[in-house]
Amino acid sequence: MAGSNKDNAKISLADSGRPLWLVSELSYRCPLQCSYCSNPVDFSRHKAELNTEQWVDVFKQARELGTVQLGFSGGEPAVRKDLEELIQEARAMGFYTNLITSMVGVSEARLGRILDSGIDHIQVSFQAADASLNDLIAGTECFEHKIKMCKAIKAAGLPMVLNVVIHKGNIDQIEQIIQFAEELDADYLELATAQYYGFALLNRDRLLPSRAQLTRAEKIAKQYQDSLAGKMKIFYIIPDYYEKKPKPCMHGWGKVFLTVAPDGTALPCHSARELPGIDFPNVVGNNLSDIWYESSAFNHFRGDHWMKETCRSCPEKDKDFGGCRCQAYLLAQDAEEADPACEKSPHHHLMEEAISASEAKPFGEGLIYRNSANSKLFLK
Amino acid sequence: MNTAIKFRNAYVLNSGFRLQWEKAQDSYVLLYPEGMVQLSFSASEVLLLCDGKNTAAEVITVLEEKFPDAEGLAVDVKEFLQEAIDNGWLE
Ligand code: SF4
Ligand code: SF4
Repeated sequence: MAGSNKDNAKISLADSGRPLWLVSELSYRCPLQCSYCSNPVDFSRHKAELNTEQWVDVFKQARELGTVQLGFSGGEPAVRKDLEELIQEARAMGFYTNLITSMVGVSEARLGRILDSGIDHIQVSFQAADASLNDLIAGTECFEHKIKMCKAIKAAGLPMVLNVVIHKGNIDQIEQIIQFAEELDADYLELATAQYYGFALLNRDRLLPSRAQLTRAEKIAKQYQDSLAGKMKIFYIIPDYYEKKPKPCMHGWGKVFLTVAPDGTALPCHSARELPGIDFPNVVGNNLSDIWYESSAFNHFRGDHWMKETCRSCPEKDKDFGGCRCQAYLLAQDAEEADPACEKSPHHHLMEEAISASEAKPFGEGLIYRNSANSKLFLK
Repeated sequence: MNTAIKFRNAYVLNSGFRLQWEKAQDSYVLLYPEGMVQLSFSASEVLLLCDGKNTAAEVITVLEEKFPDAEGLAVDVKEFLQEAIDNGWLE
């Protein structure tokens, strides 16, 4: 489940500078083909995967650095046969373990083993509130199965967290999605905007909702947030294309988050490997403390020394850190520029243009699905 | 809707929440799905007592005995408990 994001992670603490959050992308393999996947479009180039021992070693080092939250993500983390073992090891070290999964390919018996391994929280992704749209978006039949799995998670006494990536194709269903989550007795519902990196960026014209769609959805989400307060927590995140201020991406580069890609590449954020000219260190052969504190990659966008004048002279820079580096690079072709989502950015017009371009295109037809055939097209 | 604190209730952390001592941060943290709150000393003293056996009234009494010099403690604890209930930490 690489469609949503961790920008909404709920962290409140005195600024520590420690990697409090480790996202372990266990594998880029995935049975789904979501067109909003934020995995790198050339993911099929990175086939190598760390083995069990190597992951356990990464967890150990992270724990020593003070990491508390551990996410198992991907691709689909459950494609790894050693998932249970990894959870067990991590749990024993004192991590709070989060599994971010589509549940596709996970049998009931397997879920039982995952629950037994001591997982603290399982987040199940849905694509829509009804079988036909869900399965169309996912590129596979999985709706009924997901429902069954959610019930089993709840029965095991774990919080039930549903995540739905919201885009042009399902945003008008927002009310049904919320009601569906309520029927399932979910504790949390994350209505997360697609993040326009990787495949999602390729498909942006066909995914980005219109202003009218957003306004309507926001109103509905707000109503339910109020009426369901104390029962189900709804997180609703709108695309920053419609904002005037950028989001404080990853709470700052190399400040809280550490992502380790399937092949062991250490990244300050899961899409950072798309940035040119930065040599991201691998956990094989480098110790994690050096990577976090010393490596040039993790220091690259720390602080404000790298900023262009727009951000450097701006009072907001300690709050939003100039926004997202990947978005600056992908849209403004300059990773050191202000995030174009910012109205002060000289490239802010790109956001407006993207919105207009997407209003002209319908959802569906022409979407590029995330699969290895399409990924190979992007290998140069 | 959110509920007001009842002093006869014995509160306990909601499912998915875990209170844990973190050496690196030299404090207790509250962990929950994709989230984490670093707790102040007093907040952790309160939450440690919310074990599903102590009633809210008892939590206050225990803390008053433990910190006899703390002024206005009962009010502070009550406010914090209410906040913890509103945040969905306690049930
Ligand atoms: S294809 Fe879909 S389920 Fe698979 S990693 Fe991408 S977003 Fe997640
Ligand atoms: S100019 Fe830079 S620092 Fe200021 S609000 Fe925009 S992105 Fe943030």
